[in-house]
Amino acid sequence: MKLTLDPQYEAFRAEVSDTLAKNAHLAPTSEDKGYKNARRIAWQKLLIANGLAARTIPREYGGYGAEPDILKSRIIAEEFARSAIPGPMAGQGISMLVPTLLELGTQAQKQAYIRPTIEGEMIWCQGYSEPGAGSDLAAVRTSAVEDGDHYVINGSKIWTSTAKQADMIFCLVRTDPAAKKHEGITYITFPMTTPGIEVRPLVDMTGSANFNEVFFTDVRVPRSGVIFAPNKGWHVANATLTHERGMLGDPNATKARLLELITLMKAETVNGQRLMDNPVLRDRLMKLQGEVYAMQANGLRITTSRLQGQPAGLAGLVVKLQGCDLNHEIARLAIDALGELGILYEEGEHLRADGNWQWRYMYDLGLIIGGGTAQIQKNIIAERGLDMPREPKLAKA
Amino acid sequence: MEFALSEDQRMLQDSLKGVLSEAAHLDRIRKIAAGETGEAAALDAALIEFGLSALMVPEAAGGLGLGALDACLVQEALGYDVAPSRFLATAVAAKVFAGKPETLGAIAGGEAKFALALTELCSRRDGAGAELKGGKLSGKSLLAQSVDGATHILLADTAGTLHSVAAGKAKITVMQTIDRTRIFHELAFDGAEPLVSVTPDAETLAFARLLVAADTLGAAQAMIDKAVAYSRERQQFGRVIGSFQAVKHMCAEMAAKLEPARALIWHAAHALDIGDAEGPMMATLAKAHLSEVGTFVARTATEVHGGMGFTDLVGLHYWYKRIGVNRQLLGSPEQARETAAQLQGLVV
Repeated sequence: MKLTLDPQYEAFRAEVSDTLAKNAHLAPTSEDKGYKNARRIAWQKLLIANGLAARTIPREYGGYGAEPDILKSRIIAEEFARSAIPGPMAGQGISMLVPTLLELGTQAQKQAYIRPTIEGEMIWCQGYSEPGAGSDLAAVRTSAVEDGDHYVINGSKIWTSTAKQADMIFCLVRTDPAAKKHEGITYITFPMTTPGIEVRPLVDMTGSANFNEVFFTDVRVPRSGVIFAPNKGWHVANATLTHERGMLGDPNATKARLLELITLMKAETVNGQRLMDNPVLRDRLMKLQGEVYAMQANGLRITTSRLQGQPAGLAGLVVKLQGCDLNHEIARLAIDALGELGILYEEGEHLRADGNWQWRYMYDLGLIIGGGTAQIQKNIIAERGLDMPREPKLAKA
Repeated sequence: MEFALSEDQRMLQDSLKGVLSEAAHLDRIRKIAAGETGEAAALDAALIEFGLSALMVPEAAGGLGLGALDACLVQEALGYDVAPSRFLATAVAAKVFAGKPETLGAIAGGEAKFALALTELCSRRDGAGAELKGGKLSGKSLLAQSVDGATHILLADTAGTLHSVAAGKAKITVMQTIDRTRIFHELAFDGAEPLVSVTPDAETLAFARLLVAADTLGAAQAMIDKAVAYSRERQQFGRVIGSFQAVKHMCAEMAAKLEPARALIWHAAHALDIGDAEGPMMATLAKAHLSEVGTFVARTATEVHGGMGFTDLVGLHYWYKRIGVNRQLLGSPEQARETAAQLQGLVV
C-alpha cells in the first residue's frame, strides 16, 4: 500500500499545473459554444502541443507521442479538475474511434482521420444501436450490399448522439445476411454528407434531443471505409465498447457531485433549519458517502491493476453498474432535500443549481440504461466475474 | 502508487485461512455453538499457535508490530470461517495500551488475554455503565466480548475513559444472542480497581468498528462463494439454477456491492496506518457501509439457497447471524453514520 507518488510524478504535477496556469487566459469560456468553435479548437491544439491532450497518440498522426503512463494521465485529469480550467475535447470520435483505428486501422485511415479528429476539426457519431438491436447489438439489420467498389446501405440507427453535428459516422452494418449473427457484420466509416442520410432528433424525458435517429436510404459509400476487414465488425466493435464502458461511472465525477450535494445541504434552509441539520437527510447523505468512498477506493484498485498490467477483475466489472446507480441516487437525495422546490425545472426565480439535479435524475436514468443496461451488466458480472453459467440457447423453431 | 496488498499481507491471510480451514471447519463451529467448550479451546489454541496474540503488539514490546490493514485481513479471514476469536479484543487492547510496555508485553506473551467491554462507549442503557469513583469502578457493562478465558477486561467507563481490569473482578452473566458461536456477557463491577487507565482518541472506537466491518466482509464473501457454488450444482426445471437470470442477478448484485466495500476497508485501514486525518471518519463510515452491504448479502445469499438456506442442514445461518450481530455491535449503522458526520464537522 502506497498512495503517495514518487518525486518524478510530483515534479510532473508541478509542470502540468504551471502550464495550465500560464495558458489559462487562452482557454475557451462559456461564450465559446458549439463544435468547431475557433477558440476551442485552438485550445485543443495548444493542449496537444503541451502533452495535455492526445498524449499517447503518435506524433505522425498529430498526437503528442508520449509513452503510455497511467499515473501521468491521472495527474493531468486531476490538475484540470483542481484548476477548473476546461479540459481536452471529448466525444465518440476521440474516445472510441481513434483507439480503434490505432489498433485496427490501415495506415491510410490513420493518416486521414486521427489528426483532424483529435484536433476537433472532424466530428464523429456512432451508428451501433438500431430499433431492433439494443442489448442484442449483434442483431443489427442495417444492410450494406456490395456494388463495385461501393456498398449501398439501407436501414436505420437510433441513440446516435451528435449525429446533427457529425462530419463522419462509424457504423455497424450487415454485409453477409447468410452468415451467423456475429459473423456477417462490418464496421464501416463514411461521411454524414453522403446523399440518402436523414437525421431526426430524438427528444428524451429531459426535454432536449440528446440523441437522434438516423435513416439510410440507398446510401452509396466507398468500400475503403471498412475498418479491419469485411464481416469482422463484431471484433472491431468489441475493441471500442471496452473504451465506452470505462467512461461511465467515473468515481471522481461522482465524488464531485457528492461535494455539490454537501454544499447544497449546508447552504439551503427550510423553516430556518439547514437541510444538513435534518437528521434523516444527513443519514441518507452519509449512506451515499459510504458508497462514494467505496467506489473511489475501488477505482484506486483498478488503477493499480492497470499499472501492474493485470486484469482488474470484479473490481472493474462493477463500475458501470454501481457508478451510474450511485449518481442517480445522489440526484434523488438532492431533489428530496430540496423538498417542494425540488420539482422546479429549467427556469424561474426559485430554481436551485439551474435545475441540474432534476436534469441529472432523468439523464442518469438514461445512463443506467445506455452503454449496456444494468441488467446486461449483471449478466456480465455473473458470467465473467463469478463464472456462472451462460443462459442456455433456445433451440431454433 | 500502489493500492494493493503486499506479498507479506497476502501470505499472512492465506496462511491463516489454511489454519482455519482445519481448525474452524463447520463441524467444529456447530459443536462450539452447542456449548462444547473443549472445541472452543482447541480453536483458541490453534489461533494462539498461529501467533495472533502478538501480531498487533509493537516489535519493541515483543510483538510483530503489524498495522490496521493487517488486522483487517486477519479479522476478514476469521469472519470468512465464522471463527470465534479473541483477536479483535487483543488488537484493540494493543492499540489502546500502545504507551504501556508492560501491558503490551503481557499481551504479546499470551499472559494477558483481554475481553472487550466497549458497548457503553457507543450506547449506554438505563442502569448500565461502569462509573469511576474514588479510583474504583462500579456498575454494569453489557454485551462484553471474549470474556470466557480472559484474564483482563478492557472496559469503557461512563466518562469514556478506558481501563484494564482484572477479569476476576467482574461478576459475569451470559447474554444469549442469535449468534451461539460467540458468547457475550453482562459484566458487573463493585468497587474494582483499574490496573491501567487510558483516555482514548477518536481512533480507538473507529479501529474497533473497522475490525467488525472486516469481519462482516469475510462472512459476506463466504456467503457469496457458497451461493455461487450452490447455484452451479442445484438443478431445477432441468437446468442448474445459476443459469437463470433471476439467480445470476442476485449473485451479481451481491458481488457488485461487496467488491467496492472491500476496497473501502483497505483504504480506511491504510488511512489509519499512515495517520491520515480522514482515517477515523473513513473507518466509521466503513462500519456502517459494511453493515448495510452485509445485511443485503446475508439475505440474498440465503434466498439463492432456497429452502435449504433456511435450514440448519447447510449451516448458512451461522454466517447470517454473524453478519446480523456485527451490524449492531459497537453501534448500529445509523449511529456510526452520525459519528462519521460529526468527525467531518457536518453536525453543528
